[in-house]
Amino acid sequence: MTQSPTIAGKAAVLEAMPGHPAIKAVLAWNSGALTDAKFDRNELTLTIASEQIRAAAAAVQAAGYNFFEDMTAVDWFPSAPRFQLSYHILSHAFKEHIRLRVLVDEANPSVASITRVWPSANYYEREVFDLFGIRFEGHPNLRRIMMPDDWVGHPLRKDYPVEGYR
Amino acid sequence: MTETIGTPILEAPLAEGAKDQHMVINMGPQHPATHGVLRLVLEIDGEIIVRLYPEVGYLHTGIEKTCEAKFYQQVVPLTDRINYLDPLSNNLCYCLAVEKLLGLEAPEKAKWLRVLLVELSRINSHLIWLGTHAMDIGALTVFLYTFREREDILRLFEAVAGQRMMTSYFRIGGLSMEPPLDFLDRVQAFIRTFPEKIDEYANLLTGNPIFANRLKGVGYLSPADAIALGVTGPPMRASGVDFDLRRDMPYSGYEKFQFNVPISTVGDCWARYEVRLVELRESVKIIQQALDGMPEGPVKADAPKIVLPDREKMKTQMEALIHHFKIVTEGFEVPAGEVYQGIEAGHGQTGYYVVSDGTAKPYRVHMRYPSFATLQALETMCQGRMLADVVAVIGSIDIVLGEIDR
Repeated sequence: MTQSPTIAGKAAVLEAMPGHPAIKAVLAWNSGALTDAKFDRNELTLTIASEQIRAAAAAVQAAGYNFFEDMTAVDWFPSAPRFQLSYHILSHAFKEHIRLRVLVDEANPSVASITRVWPSANYYEREVFDLFGIRFEGHPNLRRIMMPDDWVGHPLRKDYPVEGYR
Repeated sequence: MTETIGTPILEAPLAEGAKDQHMVINMGPQHPATHGVLRLVLEIDGEIIVRLYPEVGYLHTGIEKTCEAKFYQQVVPLTDRINYLDPLSNNLCYCLAVEKLLGLEAPEKAKWLRVLLVELSRINSHLIWLGTHAMDIGALTVFLYTFREREDILRLFEAVAGQRMMTSYFRIGGLSMEPPLDFLDRVQAFIRTFPEKIDEYANLLTGNPIFANRLKGVGYLSPADAIALGVTGPPMRASGVDFDLRRDMPYSGYEKFQFNVPISTVGDCWARYEVRLVELRESVKIIQQALDGMPEGPVKADAPKIVLPDREKMKTQMEALIHHFKIVTEGFEVPAGEVYQGIEAGHGQTGYYVVSDGTAKPYRVHMRYPSFATLQALETMCQGRMLADVVAVIGSIDIVLGEIDR
């Protein structure tokens, strides 16, 4: 596996890979919404302003990133902003993954649902809501999916003990 | 604090104007045709499905949370338990993800053995699908035949890993140990006879009019719906979407193998049956190429701080003993970063998202498992069909509840 060097920072990535279809699509749509970018271990990560994620998803979808593969959250407790959402989008045509990254604050964590762009995000957003307590506005059925409906707390948060509350 | 928004499905109003005719029934979680503990809430109009709502989570064991409390190498045995029908694919996907984080590459022989074993694992998974799917439809015999061959594969797994189902054979940086001396001959003996066995299954099912009537035209999924609903693997290819990670984004040396990716444009349960039968034959071809071209060399990467030393070295060399002690007690540190590694497992695209904060324990491990997404397409496939077709459709999308609930 030959690994290309890490390129960190929006300006450096824009300069190093100007022809990348996902970057071109995001810039053409709204260059201000792209707050950061990173190319590390052959994976491109684009950080999007949290209120813009649905439009960003629609923009990369129109650019050929047709398949929503995975979405999950990372809890960076106790640093702020606390939550990171990672959307993994696959392009069947370019044979490539990209990662859209969104940072979410701890107070009232909430982002727009992308289920209108990719209906397959439905269960993934429910899972993140269940296990991290992040709300997705506009989700058709935002209920707990793994834990029982009356469960207290969100198990994958870092301040939730591995062995549970006893 | 309970946070539940949205209406629980059982209390939701039935379709407008049909409150007197529609009935809500419950299928599962204890139902033989749901392949585990899947609960389906069905709104039916007579025998016709109006709405279908899958309720999952009965097998949730919090594996992602557990991973955060383990060293990197201790996560490998947890991955087997997620999809217990295709254990080696899980091992492979996790190891590839961590190897990507480390910038480490498994040696050539380890890669070839990984491909060989993952294809055996795919055959294993497809055999269970074929046996149970046919049994759900009423063709009880096939189950006995497919489990006969599955037993051979499990014996091969036992020979190589010491375990029949929870193999945990792959390690970060290679394999746990050399396979036994006669292992490749045993695989060759299995592969020599297996194509005839596939013919045998096809003889029992393809010409069987009951089986054909239960599957043909049932559970149609359009290519656009397959992509929109996140369906991957054989169900996606049976709907006409030509994509296979082994061919299109090769990993673990798949670019060196010649094989076809079966496609069907019909999109019904029968197409999924046909696609998987061809996949069995293609897996045999890949295994044959792996046997013919198996390179010589070590099966573990030369990275003493990450890969455990051989037992013999550990007992005779001071350095190896120190490395062994350090790895077992303290793990090894992985450079900070995040990676996503996708592979084509038996059921579809599996992906591991591993985040490292530079310590010896993963900061976050997330698994993308195909069944979780494929289940979302169940309602689309069943709407407007008869109640009995639900059983055929569940069988044909081949879900494993262990990987849905994790």
